[in-house]
Amino acid sequence: MAFKGIDFVPHGTKIPFVSMRNIAFILSGLAMLASIALFSTKGLNYGIDFLGGTSIEVRHKAGPANIADVRRQVGGLGFGDVQIQQFNDPRDVLVRIELQSGGEEANQKALDKIKVALGDGFEFRNTEVIGPTVSGELTRAGIIAVITAIFVVLIYIWLRFEWQFSLGAVIALVHDIVLTIGIFSLLQLEFTLSIIAALLTIVGYSLNDTVVVYDRVRENLRKFKKMPLNELLDVSINETLSRTILTSVTTLIALVSLFVFGGEVIRGFVFAMIWGVVVGTYSSIFIASPVLLLVGVKRDWSGLGGAKYKEPSTAK
Amino acid sequence: MLHFSRWKTFIVWGFALLGVLCAAPNLIPEKDLASYPQFVQNLRLNLGLDLRGGSHLLLKMDKDLLIEKQIKVLRGNVRTVLRGKRDGAARTGAIRYRDLSAKKDRVEFKPSDPADLEKAYQAVRTLIQPLPSTSFGTVPGNNVDVEKTDDGRIVVKPSEPAITAKISTSLDSAIEVLRRRVDALGTTEPSIQRQGEDRILLQVPGYDDADKLKAVVKQAAVLSFHLVVRPANAEEAADGLTEPGTTIFPSKDQYSTHYILEDEPLITGADLANARQEISPQSSRPVVSFRLNSRGAVRFGDVTAANVGRPFAIVLDGEVISAPTIQEAITGGSGQISGNFTVSTADDLAILLRSGSLEAPLTILEERTVDASLGADSIAAGKLAAIIGLVGVVAFILMAYGTFGLYANIALLINISMIIGALSLLQATLTLPGIAGIVLTMGMAVDANVLIFERIREELRAGKTAISAIESGYSRALSTILDANITTFLAAIILFWLGSGPVSGFAVTLSIGIFTSVFTAFVLTRWLIAWWLRSQRSKTVDMPI
Repeated sequence: MAFKGIDFVPHGTKIPFVSMRNIAFILSGLAMLASIALFSTKGLNYGIDFLGGTSIEVRHKAGPANIADVRRQVGGLGFGDVQIQQFNDPRDVLVRIELQSGGEEANQKALDKIKVALGDGFEFRNTEVIGPTVSGELTRAGIIAVITAIFVVLIYIWLRFEWQFSLGAVIALVHDIVLTIGIFSLLQLEFTLSIIAALLTIVGYSLNDTVVVYDRVRENLRKFKKMPLNELLDVSINETLSRTILTSVTTLIALVSLFVFGGEVIRGFVFAMIWGVVVGTYSSIFIASPVLLLVGVKRDWSGLGGAKYKEPSTAK
Repeated sequence: MLHFSRWKTFIVWGFALLGVLCAAPNLIPEKDLASYPQFVQNLRLNLGLDLRGGSHLLLKMDKDLLIEKQIKVLRGNVRTVLRGKRDGAARTGAIRYRDLSAKKDRVEFKPSDPADLEKAYQAVRTLIQPLPSTSFGTVPGNNVDVEKTDDGRIVVKPSEPAITAKISTSLDSAIEVLRRRVDALGTTEPSIQRQGEDRILLQVPGYDDADKLKAVVKQAAVLSFHLVVRPANAEEAADGLTEPGTTIFPSKDQYSTHYILEDEPLITGADLANARQEISPQSSRPVVSFRLNSRGAVRFGDVTAANVGRPFAIVLDGEVISAPTIQEAITGGSGQISGNFTVSTADDLAILLRSGSLEAPLTILEERTVDASLGADSIAAGKLAAIIGLVGVVAFILMAYGTFGLYANIALLINISMIIGALSLLQATLTLPGIAGIVLTMGMAVDANVLIFERIREELRAGKTAISAIESGYSRALSTILDANITTFLAAIILFWLGSGPVSGFAVTLSIGIFTSVFTAFVLTRWLIAWWLRSQRSKTVDMPI
């Protein structure tokens, strides 16, 4: 077997990424501002995990469902904000009602009434009722998780590298998270607890990318003691570029397959991750590394160098 | 780095084989499963509710009601103490008091004679008892706190640790009761866990009649039979006041009917030996027939014999279900409860009575119910996505790295088997986001190999020989691989910690995937490539440079 494969990933590139930093900073800055503006004006389409309420996915047993009928049957029950939409299959309808005032029991009563109103013609495929206590707790847990993740990353990179790297990685992370929230606000996609899970996965992935570039930067700092920093950053990014592209592509292949074939239930979750991979790849190249240029880095890594464990020896 | 001693080879392949073997039972079709030994049957993925269908209920015990009950008992105890001791016909040490009342969190009263304040204080203090020591051997404190107030009242409060202990024991007994109730529905393997100080998480896989489940789970089902003093008039019903030793209860089905009942029950739910739903031969309506235990039967026989012609009331959770008249002494120890039942509600009540009562009703904080057909759809969609994703990644890697890509792909397949094997072995729950986690891992698992292979290419371009390029490719990529995976692992830990159900399932899959992919990509491919180098005596590397 001497199949060598096809060399389709560019290598030996000399793309001047760092000199594009100002354009990248402006673009990213504008995108972040737009995201924040969207978030504060349009807000997010929070799911019932955070708002509380009831979400029911029903399937009409005898063929396509008549949305207008469902709307009439459920809308007349006086539950305040009611959303009824076609879902996935023509037989399927998603019914969402807002959190009912009057404590935990009120939501259960509302669910019973909906079941009676829709009658036996429907199969109840997925029912979620989240009361006020739990929704508040989930919101808190979600916020705490994201903040903790950023903080842990900050510490880890600081221990393994230097504070400048840590700063760069965290700026890139915040960038990714803000843009993800921005796209969810722009498209008004449902923001649920699993989107928080996706956000944290994005944190992990984007960091993965950033760390790979940073590792190379650190190595080159030792190797080329006199090379100007901007040049050195460009060399490092270009050297790792083929890896960045290959890994992004394989991850995207897997994610796109999930997005297309994995079903409606996880589509939002997968969308967030696809977006995160794209944005995370961009930010580790155009944001995380150029930040090092702005804050400057220690050039002498011959001493202790901040590395926690012994670096593997170079070639024999 | 390319030398593997015999025992190292043994360990590496032993691990990989173990993972694959643990995953293998998942390939056995459902219908053939019974013919395999038990340990094989247990080595299958534990599917989450979102994939199997089933109900997830987060329940909260009514803390306030428990405290209220505790306060009522305390009021009785205070009253007993103040009455003094019976000494022959006379009573000694009685203290006259007024305004004895049960408030939200305390009992208070005023000695009629202010001079008795100290005496009453000392008398009530005899109620103070140390709480039983905890399992850690610490003594948590006393059961009640007693205080004198400036305006001459005495306040008795259950202590904070006493309330906590009460809630804790009630919750433990509730879990037992729920287990019996849910088992009675004919479900398999319900999971009932305590969460926090006053919550229970109930998960019943494969059972999607949430209405029925909720009906049997929520209700306290405290049953008791009482003699009826007389029906209450409208005024009594409104203010709830009646003579001592009796209490007013509303009727369940007849609006505005109230009964005055004796406080002392004839029998309680604890005296029941069995209960089941039946159709009454007389009325041909559904009833719950019950059988009493021997103690209850004797007692019920005696009381009914002594009270023929009087009505008695069957009280369930503070409401009178029915109030039949005693026709004759009921000595056989069995009887029927008739009420406004349907077959289904009579069946529910029978289940509740058989399983015992809760000390306070449970409130549903969160409900997630998935129909089994939706779960099956999700599994099918997840499988399809996984297979297509896998084929895509495998083809891409093969194209990019040729023979080396083939080794990376072998490692990837073993990696996925190991993830499934580990999940089966740990009996971790596989959820739909968990499947997403596996698919994502496919994409990311090859990252380690990509890092190594890209490194090898660089070394080759720098003019190194195949062996030394491969050597340094592996060794120099190691620190990067570790850094990159530790960061993802940290995110996964936080995810797990945030975790509610499906999300923590995703975190578990992701974490397992990180370990197995570092192992397969870094160790297994290295072994494969070392083997290839030896057997081919190759001087070049089969991948594009």
